[in-house]
Amino acid sequence: LPDLILAALLLGLAWSALFSQDLKRGVVLFIAFGLLLAIVWARLHAPDLALAEAAIGAGLAGALLLVALRDETAAQGESARRSPVRRLSIDLLALGMTGLIGWALWSAMASQPGERLAQAAYEALESSGVSNPVTAVLLNYRAYDTLLELVVVLTAVLGVLVIGRERRGYRPAGPVFCGLVRWLVPLLILTAGYLLWVGAHAPGGAFQAGATLAAAAVVLRLAGHQSAGLPRGYALRWALAVGIGLFLLVGIGVTFNGGGFLQYPQAWSGGLILLIESAATVSIAAALALAYRGGRPDDWMPPADRGPGREVST
Amino acid sequence: MTQALIYALTGVALFMLGVRACLMHQILLPRLLALNVSGAGVFLIFVSLAYRGESQSTDPIPHALVLTGLVVAISATALALALNRRLREMEHE
Repeated sequence: LPDLILAALLLGLAWSALFSQDLKRGVVLFIAFGLLLAIVWARLHAPDLALAEAAIGAGLAGALLLVALRDETAAQGESARRSPVRRLSIDLLALGMTGLIGWALWSAMASQPGERLAQAAYEALESSGVSNPVTAVLLNYRAYDTLLELVVVLTAVLGVLVIGRERRGYRPAGPVFCGLVRWLVPLLILTAGYLLWVGAHAPGGAFQAGATLAAAAVVLRLAGHQSAGLPRGYALRWALAVGIGLFLLVGIGVTFNGGGFLQYPQAWSGGLILLIESAATVSIAAALALAYRGGRPDDWMPPADRGPGREVST
Repeated sequence: MTQALIYALTGVALFMLGVRACLMHQILLPRLLALNVSGAGVFLIFVSLAYRGESQSTDPIPHALVLTGLVVAISATALALALNRRLREMEHE
């Protein structure tokens, strides 16, 4: 029964987030939707996902969307309606697709489970260097995926950098918020380190840790630190690239040992995975924090183009 | 099985809700929300297929795929928001 209630709440929230007239309300409802989804992941025995969803899906996506609301003031209200014919055809299309997916789902669930990849994954767990199966899949069996994922993250943030310059920072916060920041940011950094370390044998890992670090950056920026705690100049570029760089170096390095690309020697795999994950954490955190800043940092601009810096904007 | 079925059906419904909203809206930001919701629906289908009962252990492979998907989704959202902001700036110029 709790599952039915959760599912109904999820659908209700999604509906009201997507079809509310007020954009701001939609975004806030979407954040609530993300938090509820984190509970659903926990119900489905996916604690890794629950952590990631709470940090990324609800936290950072919410922060990005709330900041983006500032751009939307002009277009508010005049959401031009589609003509009735088009609305009807969209509804029909949606219904048809629902039927199709439902049928595919039904046949997938009704069919006899054949040989499962899961079994192979559990059998090889001993030799993977970590004991959390999800981390083993991400960084050992399917390390290619994770490498390319880091490439996707870097590409996206390069796109953000190319498109525009960063948003103006916020006013320095009042004493109460500053006091909170003084406690919250070290705590978040500590949590990120813990998540990174614990990922080898329990839920956690590079993505959750990176997202937590990025959350610390968001808090810093809200408190008036324009750089969001990121280093300046070349150090920032290195931070963005170190995840992929180290991953590739390790991947190529192990080939000298006689293995294939990214085939770690068994004795070292635990250490190598931790090394790669640490670098990936830094890169993911830097990328997400830079995405929150919204573009090229001011100190990368030629001096003549530098923005008005810390101006009032709330 | 029933628990997995409930969530899988919810996933299908969320996906369709997202697709419908994405086609209905004409401003970019709600469309982005809709895309994210339909992505969440897909993730939900995946994870509920990985779940098999209280007693048995879950399948880690869909979990890893969905974790990758979450990070890719937020990157794509960030890029889309940056593009949207640039478009708005160009409208004002």
